Amino acid sequence: MTESLADLASAVPRGRILPVGPSRRRSVHVIERNALAYRRMWYVFLTGFFEPLLYLLSIGVGVGALVGRLPGPGGRLVTYEAFVAPGLLAAAAMNGSVFDTTFNFFVKYKYAGTYDAMLATPLGVGDVAHGEVGWALLRGTVYAAAFLLTMAALGLVASPWGVLAVPAAVLIGYGFAGLGLAATTWMRSFVDFDFVNLALVPLFLFSATFFPLSRYPNGVAWGVRLTPLYQGVNLERSLVLGDIRWTLLVPAVYLGALGWGGVRVASSRLARLLQP
Amino acid sequence: MCAPPLVQGRALTKRFGTYIAVDQIDFKVERGEAFGFLGPNGAGKTSTMRMIGCVSPVSGGELSVLGMDPALQGPAIRSRLGVVPQEDNLDTELTVWDNMAIYGRYFGLPRSVIRERAQELLDFVQLGDRRQDRVDPLSGGMKRRLTIARALVNQPELLLLDEPTTGLDPQARHLVWERLYQLKLQGVTLVLTTHYMDEAEQLCDRLVIMDRARIVAEGSPRELIQLHSTREVVELRFATAEERRDALPLLNGSGERVEMLPDRILVYTGDGDGTAELVARDGLRPASVLVRRSTLEDVFLILTGRTLED
Repeated sequence: MTESLADLASAVPRGRILPVGPSRRRSVHVIERNALAYRRMWYVFLTGFFEPLLYLLSIGVGVGALVGRLPGPGGRLVTYEAFVAPGLLAAAAMNGSVFDTTFNFFVKYKYAGTYDAMLATPLGVGDVAHGEVGWALLRGTVYAAAFLLTMAALGLVASPWGVLAVPAAVLIGYGFAGLGLAATTWMRSFVDFDFVNLALVPLFLFSATFFPLSRYPNGVAWGVRLTPLYQGVNLERSLVLGDIRWTLLVPAVYLGALGWGGVRVASSRLARLLQP
Repeated sequence: MCAPPLVQGRALTKRFGTYIAVDQIDFKVERGEAFGFLGPNGAGKTSTMRMIGCVSPVSGGELSVLGMDPALQGPAIRSRLGVVPQEDNLDTELTVWDNMAIYGRYFGLPRSVIRERAQELLDFVQLGDRRQDRVDPLSGGMKRRLTIARALVNQPELLLLDEPTTGLDPQARHLVWERLYQLKLQGVTLVLTTHYMDEAEQLCDRLVIMDRARIVAEGSPRELIQLHSTREVVELRFATAEERRDALPLLNGSGERVEMLPDRILVYTGDGDGTAELVARDGLRPASVLVRRSTLEDVFLILTGRTLED
């Protein structure tokens, strides 16, 4: 007994609680928990759909009438609504997933003890991180699908490739969910959430969401290209307007890597914070 | 031939940076017993519990829980544990019933099993009629009972309770104690921490006294009192601090041992009434004299020179 324990102990490095990886079966229970909680707050769920719709009607349809046509992906001229709508889809995917993985996550992690309760069960920190990201994506999928249907009804989906706009929105959500989750583990109080807004608002306004990249001087344009939301907007716009190229895999890989890396960083940070 | 211990620590140590929270403690918990860690705040009780609960890695020494190594088999061990933490972490966004239901799901239990057990357990902790209520408006005692019911949803072999009645009013405490006693009768192994000596005496078959990260004594409450304290204690209170200070030299020799506390003097003696008479004969005029039996509080005071509440 003593020997076997000592053998086991020498086989693992000290200082980590979870050599066991996350399990899909277990992280599903984190999603179930959120679904139960939202059952009583379904109206909160609706806001994620209306916000991009209001932008589309105001800026796309309203302002768009004054703007006329402009060059879309591949240089083809498109109406302003058709240009802005995929950008709004990408921005909505970002906003929804950032809210779930920063603000909501922080409350549960710092104040409600939700994760302390979960970690006393077979669930581990990896399950928590995957579950929360999974929930954010599930919600994002519903919003993206509803918004895409609205776009289609308004005649703003020019290509059958537009169907892929939904999985693309999920990919954008994944990238920002990973980023949000990881960043939140460094936040100390609600004051730090001002930094989230400080990052989101310029991303929303300047990631070629409302005007093409060609409006920027060359150096600035390259900076914008590096931001995750620009990559997402570029992906959505190309799919919806039917400009399909192999290079579209670049934003897809970029966003996927961002999400994967973020979830890993968040998991190891959570282990250190919640299981000291 | 005896069964292997349910929990065993050998030279178990927990460090946070350079701070040593648990310093090479040895202990064993046998199946079916109620085992306590008694000690003041900061003695290392919660750190020990968190290591047993597989949510805090061991820094040194060895720990086995249910015959497994927490570092390697955390989820497998946790699936057979029930945990009642010091601070309630019930899900305030959910109802009483949903708290039970989702907790069962975390253990991967099928919904039909959860439905049956949740009702039974809510009845057991006398919350059967509150199932549709939100958690927030419940009283402290109800929340604690719900946390206990929640911890039982996976029918754990080992129930870990960290300060189970801290912050509860006396009536609520007695109800919790009574329920825990029922669980003990049903054969559930209890491991609890407490800084209340009456809680330790009521619930624990065996306990260790912790102070400053180390175990200073071990045994049943009765053994500990017999071994380390006298049968009775005379508590003397004086009107002023000066009177108390002046009385101290006169009390030397009145019992086996004299301890001065900020608010009273304790005289440890085999015969409390005899000592009380002796005190009166010496011409001392304490404001009150109380003769009582020794408790674990006295054991702690004798072993460490401090009181549990410090």
